[in-house]
Amino acid sequence: MARKLLLEHINVPQINTLAVYREKGGYRAVEKAIKNMSPEDVVEEVKKSGLRGRGGAGFPTGMKWSFLAKPEGVPRYLVCNADESEPGTFKDRYLMTHIPHALIEGMIVSSYALGAKTSYIYVRGEMMPQIRILERAIEEAKAAGFLGKNILGSGYDLELYVQPGGGAYICGEETALLESLEGKRGNPRIKPPFPAIAGLYNCPTVVNNVESIAAVVPILNIGAEEYAKIGIERSTGTKLISASGNINKPGVYEIELGVPVEEFIYSDEYCGGIANGKRLKAVVAGGSSVPILPANLILKTAKGDNRLMTYESLADGGFATGTMLGSGGFVVFDEDQCIVRNTWNFTRFYHHESCGQCSPCREGTGWMEKVLHRLEHGHGNLSDMDLLVDVSKKIEGNTICPLGDAAAWPVASAIRHFRDEFEWHVTHGEESQTGNYGLAHYADPLEPVI
Amino acid sequence: MADNEKIKVSIDGIPVEVDPGTTILNAARKIGGDIVPPAMCYYSKLEGSGGKCRTCLVKVSKGSEKDPRPMPKLVASCRTTVMDGMEVQNITSNEVIEARKGVVEMLLINHPLDCPICDQAGECHLQDLGFEHGAVSTRYEFERRTFDKIDIGDKIQLHMTRCILCYRCVFTADQLTNQRVHGILGRGDAAEISTYIEKAIDNDFSGNVIDVCPVGALTDRTFRFKNRVWFTKPVEAHRDCPTCSGKVTLWYKGEEVLRVTARKDQYGEVEEFICNTCRFEKKHTADWAIEGPRAVAHTSVISSNHYENLKPLQVIKENPTLKEANKYQFERSVRL
Amino acid sequence: MLSVKKNEPVEFQEDLISKFDELVKRYPEGRQKSALLPMLHLVQAQFGWLSVTAMDKVASYLKIEPIEVYEVATFYTMFFLQPRGKYVLEVCRTGPCCLVGAERIMKHIENRLGVKENEVTPDGLFSWRGIECVAACGMGPVLQIGPEYTYHEHLTEEGVDQLVESLRNKG
Repeated sequence: MARKLLLEHINVPQINTLAVYREKGGYRAVEKAIKNMSPEDVVEEVKKSGLRGRGGAGFPTGMKWSFLAKPEGVPRYLVCNADESEPGTFKDRYLMTHIPHALIEGMIVSSYALGAKTSYIYVRGEMMPQIRILERAIEEAKAAGFLGKNILGSGYDLELYVQPGGGAYICGEETALLESLEGKRGNPRIKPPFPAIAGLYNCPTVVNNVESIAAVVPILNIGAEEYAKIGIERSTGTKLISASGNINKPGVYEIELGVPVEEFIYSDEYCGGIANGKRLKAVVAGGSSVPILPANLILKTAKGDNRLMTYESLADGGFATGTMLGSGGFVVFDEDQCIVRNTWNFTRFYHHESCGQCSPCREGTGWMEKVLHRLEHGHGNLSDMDLLVDVSKKIEGNTICPLGDAAAWPVASAIRHFRDEFEWHVTHGEESQTGNYGLAHYADPLEPVI
Repeated sequence: MADNEKIKVSIDGIPVEVDPGTTILNAARKIGGDIVPPAMCYYSKLEGSGGKCRTCLVKVSKGSEKDPRPMPKLVASCRTTVMDGMEVQNITSNEVIEARKGVVEMLLINHPLDCPICDQAGECHLQDLGFEHGAVSTRYEFERRTFDKIDIGDKIQLHMTRCILCYRCVFTADQLTNQRVHGILGRGDAAEISTYIEKAIDNDFSGNVIDVCPVGALTDRTFRFKNRVWFTKPVEAHRDCPTCSGKVTLWYKGEEVLRVTARKDQYGEVEEFICNTCRFEKKHTADWAIEGPRAVAHTSVISSNHYENLKPLQVIKENPTLKEANKYQFERSVRL
Repeated sequence: MLSVKKNEPVEFQEDLISKFDELVKRYPEGRQKSALLPMLHLVQAQFGWLSVTAMDKVASYLKIEPIEVYEVATFYTMFFLQPRGKYVLEVCRTGPCCLVGAERIMKHIENRLGVKENEVTPDGLFSWRGIECVAACGMGPVLQIGPEYTYHEHLTEEGVDQLVESLRNKG
């Protein structure tokens, strides 16, 4: 059984209450940090753990913290990014629903490390039930003296608030999130300046994902060295993976980074294999923005090595034959799924969610959606694939924020790996409306290797 | 670093010294000529403008003397400040030219291309941009987005279909007037400039949104369909105005003043904002002290019939400095 | 141009105002605009949608221009600028949910309610619409119903029928 750090007590009844959470060792990290460690010690510990941002970009959390400017007399802020909106990702919702105190405890420790006196958890508006759960947990923590004035008699004050979003994927981008928290439209800011210098209310700010903040708690509890022993290379610790699509056991799994992808898909400990006895066609491994890979390339790298659930292994081969771990949104497609339809669906999502601020993304996402809609409905041309690849290239890297890249990559990768399926949609217009291209030569091994 | 110490950068191989904090775009403007990136949303007089249209993207091939690594992506030159020793490529980078072509195509896919009936034609920045940096044709085969025209007050018309969402008019209202009543509503490609409930924009300086609009989305209703700009004669004039500087350009047809605008510099930016009284109410020669004909860039269609031209812009192939600096690229393009 | 078909006068009662007062305390002096999104949620929960009058009142409470409220309200998809049914069934229509039948569920809801997306049933009780990913992909197909935003997971046609029935009985 793999080691669990975040979800260890997920099945304990009433773990969402402070009492039960404390019984299971909760808030030890707060006591340890505030009583025995300086803020710098906590930052150093997180640095040593090798923790990388769990929201998608994988930037080392400790390093991000050390960039925070600390001018005299200016407040600093910690903002938790709980705007989980990446299609395929639902780990933060799961964690906040079941163990809200894990996030609250992480927020207290992290705020202490950064010297923040007021911190916000920005939760997407659709998660009203989770907002209520978090607010109740904050009340409990406050009553127990873990929040508010003079925490545990240390002289450190912290106020923690939950802020609802209003329904916008773009607010998961950190500067758009800050704009939204300031009561504005979620238009990403032009960087520099980075939030570490001028973030919320123009003050130095750190924005971290829910899972990154929650992970600080076990790092302090077991020690950075112990944490860094889990995993492989620069992928240390455990990671929550949201598994969805055509699998037997969709849900959130905590894995030790380094589990083979094949084991993750087929073992009963995790996804439990493809549903309904079907075969694997493709996987989006890190949320809808990352390149889709056909079965053969997700299970093994182009070099023939087993592909592992790590930042490095999933990225092996670059975008030509690899993908990214991203936010850990693991979406599995069986042989009956149509890649063209799914690409159109994802592109519609990005078109819908583009903020409209910069021209390549505003216009380009809509254009790609229209071309894909035409292809999916059997009215496409053989030249459409080249057009899509070119339009995606014109968006990628040329926008203010990464939404442009996120919209471009799924399209470019689907055409890269499934071009024949797109062509079949053009050449078999009518048939494609009722039938399915199927697996072609992208089959997974019939017998699982492991 | 001392306050007066200059920063050395090079753009397309041409060195220039500028003050710390200068953007790449403004450094390029200091050099002038073909190496100046086009800008559709940046407006030097409006704080916070720029970064949105992406037409001014350039390649930073060397970050600075201290950290010579190139920047991983193309950057918006209007919002990126220069570093000492920075090397920037604009028209000498194929990557930039391709990306810009892409941006122009994106800006045009939902544009109505109704130039023949648009009041802005002849002084439209999008027209110039498409001509100078665009591809020969579009690959867009779908219906274009359209909106109904709205009159915002009796002096200004908003034709949202033509808008490229540069946000300049929003910044203008924010920074020049005491009450902003229009803004960006909706999002993505459904976003629009609007007042939500057809409110009139009624403010002494509201007319300036017409001058800052790079396209024909905001036009002067008092000039609407009166004439094509290239048939009118621009004349510089001023008056003693209690509200603004009173320095304007009058646009004549024969003896008649058809419209009044602020004076614009070579990048199409207003030199000094003017008030609505000067713009809309003073349309008689007797209201003004005439200074003389307005210099118009020779490339502009407005100069086709008359008047003093500005010094022609230097074309890259004829500019000895550029020629020398980009020897390798020229030789390569000849070889190819 | 966004237009307004119906614009009733609204009155903010004391309890709502006192909630506003609590909200603005969360932010530093002069940053009361931060309360805008939570305030709009409260207003919508009470009135069912955001009328121009309601938004103007929010603006005057926060001492900002009305356009600043309109700009925000039209940016975020959760805010309704037109009256909707009492219960708005919002079905996730994004990729992972579609892999497990979200499109079938939407078709079923359309037939069951007899109205198209964003329309209101004659009794004023129901509207439905497809929305983008709500971060419940492993529990798909899912739908949410405001203003509490309760979730209904692993939807089936029968489950939808029962849900609609129980809401109809509740009235």
